Formats: sequence, C-alpha cells, structure tokens
Amino acid sequence: MQILYAVAALGGVALVFGALLGVVARFFTVESDSRVEAVREALPGANCGACGYAGCNNFAEAVVEGKAPTNGCIPGGSGAAAAIAAALGQEAAATVPMVATVFCLGDKNKARDLFVYDGIKDCAVAEKYGGGFKACADGCLGLGSCVRACPFDAIAMGRNGLPVVDEKQCTGCGLCARACPRGIIKMLPQGDQGHLVLCNSHARGKAVTQACEVGCMACRACVKACPREAIAMENNLAVIDLAKCDDCGKCVLKCRPGTIHPRREKGAAKNAPTAKAAASASA
Amino acid sequence: MGIANFKGGIHPDYRKELTASLAINSLPIPGRVVIPLQQHIGAPCEVLVQVGDTVKVGQKIGESKGFVSAPVHASISGKVTAIGPYNHPLGRPVEAVTIESDGIDSWAGDLKPPGDLDSLSADELRALIREAGIVGLGGATFPAHVKLAPPADKPIDLVIINGAECEPYLTADHRLMLEKPEEIVFGLKVMMKILGASSGVIGIEDNKPDALRVMRQAVEGEANIRVAALHTKYPQGAEKMLIYAIARRKVPSGGLPMDVGVVNHNVGTAVAIAGAVKEGKPLIERVVTVTGEGVARPANLLIRIGTLVSDVLKACGGLKEETRKLIIGGPMMGLAQITDDIPVIKGTSGILALTDPDVDLFESRPCIKCGKCVAACPINLVPTFIAQAYEHGMLERAEKLHAADCIECGCCAYICPSRIPLTQLIRLAKAEILEKRRKK
Repeated sequence: MQILYAVAALGGVALVFGALLGVVARFFTVESDSRVEAVREALPGANCGACGYAGCNNFAEAVVEGKAPTNGCIPGGSGAAAAIAAALGQEAAATVPMVATVFCLGDKNKARDLFVYDGIKDCAVAEKYGGGFKACADGCLGLGSCVRACPFDAIAMGRNGLPVVDEKQCTGCGLCARACPRGIIKMLPQGDQGHLVLCNSHARGKAVTQACEVGCMACRACVKACPREAIAMENNLAVIDLAKCDDCGKCVLKCRPGTIHPRREKGAAKNAPTAKAAASASA
Repeated sequence: MGIANFKGGIHPDYRKELTASLAINSLPIPGRVVIPLQQHIGAPCEVLVQVGDTVKVGQKIGESKGFVSAPVHASISGKVTAIGPYNHPLGRPVEAVTIESDGIDSWAGDLKPPGDLDSLSADELRALIREAGIVGLGGATFPAHVKLAPPADKPIDLVIINGAECEPYLTADHRLMLEKPEEIVFGLKVMMKILGASSGVIGIEDNKPDALRVMRQAVEGEANIRVAALHTKYPQGAEKMLIYAIARRKVPSGGLPMDVGVVNHNVGTAVAIAGAVKEGKPLIERVVTVTGEGVARPANLLIRIGTLVSDVLKACGGLKEETRKLIIGGPMMGLAQITDDIPVIKGTSGILALTDPDVDLFESRPCIKCGKCVAACPINLVPTFIAQAYEHGMLERAEKLHAADCIECGCCAYICPSRIPLTQLIRLAKAEILEKRRKK
C-alpha cells in the first residue's frame, strides 16, 4: 500500500513541474533563428576557429546576420559552403580548397645552428632568445608550434626536425601558418601542378650558403632558365608564379642547392637527388 | 639580535672562493670600446656625437629628455668610428657608439669636486647623480636619481645599502666593501641627505665575515648608520627580501620599496655616487667579477664601460676549451650569451663561464605536485600553477595568481625535481600581462 503513496507523491511532483515547464516554454521562449541551426548543422563542428570566430555556433550566427561569408568555413570546403548557401536560400559562393605547405628544407642536418637552445620548446619563445638559434633567420626552428596548433592532426614533426603536412588530413584552415613565428608555412590552393622554391630566407646569397645547404641563395639561375618567365626574385628569394608554371622542370636542373621541387613530389620524395647530386653522380 | 632572514629561498653552491680573495685590479684601457645608448631601464639615449668626432673621457655622448633615463659618457678618449646597432648583453642589438682609443686617456675638462656634502642641496645632489649617468649597478640598472626622487606623499625614513651579494660566484660587491668602505658610507650619507632619511643600514650576508668587520669599523661613530648581518641564502639581495629581513616591512603586491618608506641601493651604486659627489666623476667604469670554472685566470676587475667581453676574457687568459656556457651576471639571474662580442655595460656585475657538469641539457618532465617551488618562492607565489596556466593559454588565471609580482629570482626552476623551466614560463606570462596592461 505504502508504495502507492510514493508513486502518487512523485507522480504529483512530476505533473506539477511538467506543467511549470510547459508554461515557461510557452511564455518565456527566446526567439531563435531556425536558420542558425541549419547553418550549424552544415558545419564540421571542429570549433577550430580558422574562420576568425570563437567556434562553429558563433560563425553560424555571423553568417545568418550577414557578417560572415557563406564560404567562410575553410575546413568545411565547398560542401559546407553549398549547404550553408542552401539553408539561407542563396547562391553558393565558390571555394578554393587550400593546403598548408612548409617553405623550408633546412632540417637538422642541412641547416647550421648558432647555439644550443635549451629553453621552452616553443618556436615563438625560441625566436625571442637572440632571434632564434638557427643561423638562418627565416628557417624552421623545428620546435613544433605548428603541430600543436593543428586541430585536425594533419601536421607531424618529421624525424629530421621539419614539420610534415599530411595533405589528406589538412583542411586548409591556416592555423599552423598563423602559429609559425617566421611565416614558413604558407597556404596554397590544393593541387599537384607547378613547382615551388621551398625556402623562406631573405638573406643574401653568402649568408644563406653559410647558414644552410639547401637555402635559396638568390643566384637567379632559375629565373634565367625558366622559358615562361614564371620565376621572379622577391627580396633575395626566388618565387614561382604557379599560374604560369607548366612543370617543365628546367629550373630544378639549374638550382645548385636543390631548393626547387615539383609539387607532385610528396613527403620523402622531396629528398630526391638534386641538380648538384645528379651532376656529381654523372661525373 | 638575531640574524636577519626571510621565508623561502634556496641554498645554492656559492663558489665564491674562486675570486673572493682577489683584490680589484684595473683592466688596461682597451683599444676600442662599444658604448650602447641604452644601458638602463627607461628611455634610450639620443646620440650627441658623430662619426669622426674626437671624444674625451667623461664626455657625454648620449642623453635623453625622459625623466626615467640616464645619460651615457665616453669611457675612453679617442675617435668615434661607428654609430649603429651592436650586440648587447640583453640579446637584441642596440644603437651603440664605437670609440677607438688614442691611448692618452685624457679627461674632458678638469675633474672638480662640485662642492662638499654640507654645502650642496638635495636637488643639486640629485641633478649631479643624474648627470653622472648613475644607474643601479646591482644589475637591474634602474636610474639612481629616480629612486632618490620619491613623490612627496611617500616619506622615506630608511636607506638600505645592499651588500648581500647573494648570487653565487660574484664577488665584486664583496671586494668593494673590503677596499672602499669609506666611499660606501659616504654614498649612503649622500642618499640619506637627499631623501631626508633618519637611518641607514648596510646589509651583508654572513658568509662574508671580513666585509662585515671592515664595514662595521667604517661606520663606527656614525650614530644613525648600522651594519646588519644577513642569513646567507639566495635571494637575500632581492630588494623585497632585504627590506623584510632588515626592517620587517613587507612591500605590498605591485608596490615599490618607497611604499614602505625604504630606498634600496647596491654598494656599487653607493661607490659611484660617492665618486660623482666627491670628484665629479661620471660613471665610466665598474667592478666586474670574471669567474667560473671556464676562465683561465678568474679576477675582480675595474673595467671601463663598453669594453668588449672578448677583450676582458683575453686579459684573463681566455676561455678554457671545456667552456659550455657564457653568462653575463650571476648564474641565477644572469643571461646566457651566444657570443662574447658584446660590451660590458653599466649593469654587468659578472662574466661567468660555466663548464660540464654544471651545464646540463635536460628535458622537463610533468609536474609531480611536490610543492617544492611553493616552499622556495620568497614572495609566496605558486609557481607551478602560474606556469601551467600560462602553458594552457590562461593568461587571466596567471594574472590572478600574481604572476606580475614575480621577481624572477629563479628559485622555483632551481629547486624543481621535474626540471620544469618555471621561472622562464612565468617570465613569459609576466611579459604578456604587462604588455596587456600597457595596451589598456
């Protein structure tokens, strides 16, 4: 018999609170835009912050209010952009999928250190001590700030002390590029086409050769070799215009330190024989 | 009376015996000096000379209009050969004036005593000290005249002369106390006159009994000056520790010694002030301890400001091959250098060369929450929490934990069994917090 009292009491309490909740839901509702929800559903939900907003929800609100573009979610790519545009009844804006690229080949064995750094293992901190411990003022310090910045596990520290980008995992969010105090990581449109000068040094030729075996020493050999005038010298560094490059590879053969590589080479293939090595092998 | 002490701190291996018994020698005048235009905390100086000018010893070559600043003077006579950025012990190149010596060492004008202590007013004395370019010679290089000009609502009743010299290895202050006790007492009297302070105390760690004896003799007959023996412990010479140990006054968080009626100066500063008032001599030289197991002939040297460290080391027989680390200052708070091509500046108290096994490279391990850093922190912070907050990007939390009050003494990092670079992390947090406050 006593159990019935308990059931009745609890049931009564439940009914009272249920009614209360119903009343609250009816009279105190916050008007929310259903489109925000729809936009959020279309987002990857990584809360990476690459869009510049605190998280996916924040970004969704901004898109609905018209403050952020529909293609503002970089990791989401064209899929997310199309879904967002559909939810808002707009035309889908074009997206260019990006990928992070490390513009430095000066690993532990190839770039000289100035002194032994024994401080906190963070690139931005190391940069503060005497301008970094590498002889090259623009080269990768290899302490992995970019690896820690990546929310998608797309960068790992290679065995030779250079970060390696997993291009399948990379969403192109650009957080690693922002974390790098030396601006070595650049965001490029995804793809295999074209060649790249994998160096970030703006020092003069002699200083570069003293600091690193594989740095661009601004000798202009590649500029002269290029039949399509796709290579320009910008502040002691050769830069290849990807729109003009047709992958003929003539610059690679002329580059003495072996700084230029075709983009279709991935990871370990970048350590393939260079012009210098090829020349000495054939001699 | 017991021996003055404070809570916390550490007992490192002092190793002062390398140079403690060596009298101060003058280093021969170098062929070239490089005088940075910023050797103090505050506004950098603007250069007053041009390339090709001939300068004389004591001639002012840099001056700033800012109040928190100190002029710089030529330390040798000769010709200005270059003006431009040069390596600096603080890490980043700083504008500097290079002077090639003419070998004559002639002074600018005649050195005249500006008057005796009784005839000069407090304002005249203060101006004299500023003109002489005197800064805190303990290493912090805060302009001396600024400390001697407290606002009117903060009366000063006590002047403390810091002869603790708690940094391991360094003996420059120790030797000054043994060799120039009268100058130190005179300098103290100048400060007391400027500030209208009723008493002066010279604090000396009790591992220097000879200095205690000499200084006690020197203050005999002075009614309001006494010498206090301090417990030998690092960081006894940090101003907040020193004030607490001697006067039992606690400087409030974010406050300065003047908030508790105290002004603190190093013995080297007192000697420099005595030189300026007695002889009208600007700050062109200082005593530097050149020491460490890596130096062939350790020494206490009187060195002209701007002398290159490489020249100093050459005069001391050079560095031994097994040297692993070159530090400017003491081993606890000094800065490791990447080159010896840097000038001795006003704040250079020591040049220290360390060898194996004192230089050890290590990886830090996770915090085991042992609390040793908490016990060692002389200002009662919780170093491990601050460092963790900073590492996780929680700057507000680090600020709430009083990271900005850290005196960067290094006790926490020294004592940590997991070898976490606590001091370094807190320094970074502190720098970011101060940066944020400046922006507001």
